[in-house]
Amino acid sequence: MKWFLRVLVGIALAAAASVATAQGEQFIPLLSYRVGPYAAGGSGYFGGAIDYFTLVNMNGGINGVKILWEECETEYNAARGVECYERLKTRHGGASTVEPLSTGIAYGLFERVAQDKIPMTTNGYGLAISADGRVFPWVFPLGTTYWDQAAAMVAYLGQKAGGEAKLKGKKIAFLYHDSAYGKEPIPVLDALAARDGFTLIKIPITPPGNTQESQWLQVRQQNPDYAILWGFGVMNPVAIKTAAKLGYPRDRILGVWWAGSEEDVIPAGAAAKGYVTAAFSAGGTNFPVMQEIVKRVYGAGKGNLEDKSRIGSMYHTRGVTYGIMIVEAIRQAQAHFGKGKVMTPEQVRWGLEHIDLTEARLKALGASGLFPPVKTSCADHEGSGMVKFQQWDGKEFKTLTPFMAGDRAFVHQMVVQGADKYAAEKKITPRDCSKEM
Amino acid sequence: MLYREAGQFKETYAADSAIFPILQDRIGVALIVLVAFVVIPLVASPYLFSAILIPCLILALAALGLNLLTGYAGQLSLGAAAFMAVGAFMSYNFALRVPHIPLLLTFVGGGLSAAAVGILFGLPSLRIRGFYLAVATLAAQFFILWCLTKVGWFTNDNPSGVITAQAIVIAGYTFDSPQEKYLLVLSIVTVMAVAAKNMVRGNVGRQWMAIRDMDVAAEVIGIRPMRSKLLAFAISSFYCGVAGALFAYAYLGTVEPEAYSLDLSFRILFMIIIGGIGTVMGAFLGSAFIVMIPIALSTFVEFLDGTLHLGVPSSVSSNLELMVFGALIIFFLIVEPYGLARIWQITKEKLRLWPFPH
Repeated sequence: MKWFLRVLVGIALAAAASVATAQGEQFIPLLSYRVGPYAAGGSGYFGGAIDYFTLVNMNGGINGVKILWEECETEYNAARGVECYERLKTRHGGASTVEPLSTGIAYGLFERVAQDKIPMTTNGYGLAISADGRVFPWVFPLGTTYWDQAAAMVAYLGQKAGGEAKLKGKKIAFLYHDSAYGKEPIPVLDALAARDGFTLIKIPITPPGNTQESQWLQVRQQNPDYAILWGFGVMNPVAIKTAAKLGYPRDRILGVWWAGSEEDVIPAGAAAKGYVTAAFSAGGTNFPVMQEIVKRVYGAGKGNLEDKSRIGSMYHTRGVTYGIMIVEAIRQAQAHFGKGKVMTPEQVRWGLEHIDLTEARLKALGASGLFPPVKTSCADHEGSGMVKFQQWDGKEFKTLTPFMAGDRAFVHQMVVQGADKYAAEKKITPRDCSKEM
Repeated sequence: MLYREAGQFKETYAADSAIFPILQDRIGVALIVLVAFVVIPLVASPYLFSAILIPCLILALAALGLNLLTGYAGQLSLGAAAFMAVGAFMSYNFALRVPHIPLLLTFVGGGLSAAAVGILFGLPSLRIRGFYLAVATLAAQFFILWCLTKVGWFTNDNPSGVITAQAIVIAGYTFDSPQEKYLLVLSIVTVMAVAAKNMVRGNVGRQWMAIRDMDVAAEVIGIRPMRSKLLAFAISSFYCGVAGALFAYAYLGTVEPEAYSLDLSFRILFMIIIGGIGTVMGAFLGSAFIVMIPIALSTFVEFLDGTLHLGVPSSVSSNLELMVFGALIIFFLIVEPYGLARIWQITKEKLRLWPFPH
């Protein structure tokens, strides 16, 4: 049982080593993935987060408190992710918050974070209903959920048609990854189709989606006005290429944000030109904060991305966006509980509920336009719901719209309904947010 | 010397056909059980329970189920994870829809549902075998996951298509902490492993092995292939189903059908290949190997990096880990193609003769 001994020895030594590290740093575990089929996304995203943390530390930390992080390889696998979380959560005085960037891992941590009292962020994925902070006090889908994204897509298509009322009688195809992920926006899209009077043609694509001739033939036959592509991974470039082959105009395809990174369009080559996607953060290095990362972090050779051409890519800026939100939450917590102190996870949770990134604040951080203003509260763990739309011109994504939201009130009422049902099923008494400060 | 059987005489048939005929084995097993039930809960950390021991035991149970089917009855299957999914989703639905049902009974219900589905997908085994059967069971893998995603009833119309396992309450007691969950999983796994061990030594197991070794000959000596093959599918799926339910209830909590993907089926198959096909022990050794080695490697690299200050970038350490893991699998398969359980068997043979080999 050599391996068993090795595990024990490894764990014991690692535990001993972790005790020895300095106190007085805010510890954030990073459940990253740098190998396997999703490595491009994981390395870009966590690279971006690390780059921003490095920058914050270079500027003296958060009111003097340095950020400390440690990575653990999850391979995008739920079991490995849970192990990483369990391994890192007690290190360096305890984890402040956790972000797995994987739906499967996030589900595995759902109950654990509530039990361990460590806030978890699921930026841009996860359960849409977890935006309801009354029922999910420890989960934060910061920015935008899938449901708000779907509503924003409909709003955008309405805008294109000349007003949402003009969608009446139009046909929108919905091509989706045939899994829980792809099916998630269907309730919202169905409800909006009923309200606005457009026809929704649902076409499932079996993952991984290496061949999509039959699906796009169907699109060709029905000739919808627009096609929403809710894909992931290899499905996206294949969809774009197949659409091109069968002659469906790419500028009428609207991709989900996980179909909206360089990794999704470059493999499709010239066929991707004109393709439109949603995004919860902008790309590029034109923002002061990105400039600072390029100059100071990469200039000092401390950058995390090995391939410098990926600086400012969609995944990289998504990671920076995550970093800014987390640092802001910790800063808010410090303003309330004591500046220059290391925040406990519960205090960080309070901070996450009190993020107030206004346009002015974003400007001060050099991130104006990088992502929309975010204001969270006890009841609203999402804080924005805004999405922007961008078009691939063959070389880079060009912004089509500013950050815009769909019918948030409509989505909100569905979120509350879903969360109440969840609470009833799990016998949770929702918090009374009017009593929280 | 340590393993001398000299002097251990069996005086009754019962003693001769005992589950562990050798005294040293009995002591060894008693010690392992004692350590697992008493010592580990006293000393292990919550990390060890919830990140390593619980998944290890649950996957060992699934591997044991697959081993009954593939290792003993010789029916190659790639659908183990799908049967786990049936167990998990049906347990959830039993607990949700049947008022006042005891939780253990929902696990049994989940297992029985998986067994029923297993029989259905086992039907092709009456006509085809080998790799062709593997492809037929692959259909189970795709169909079941598709069905769980498609039909809202299974997830109680959850908009995200996930289920959140109910709290584990047995006889009014809530199994909440990692330690309690570990003890629950361990108890279930122990009971089912003993049952499996007895099954494969008995009439059923012998029928399976006869079918595995040559099904025509087995039929000639009066074994009904349909009954034994379908029984193998049913029992194997039952084990997988219970393991799947535990995977949801005692380990992940909230699960989507994707958690039981083809990838997990392959991992379970690798467990029995590395652990030892056609052995009960192999399921446990294989599960320990597949679950623990990557974690051990990653802790080891991390530790080296921390003490020697090598400054290994995480992308390098992640890739290194995969490479070493792959190399280790190949190494073990070359050294002992019959699996880790076989290594133990050989060691046992040597120990019997030690220190005076022929």
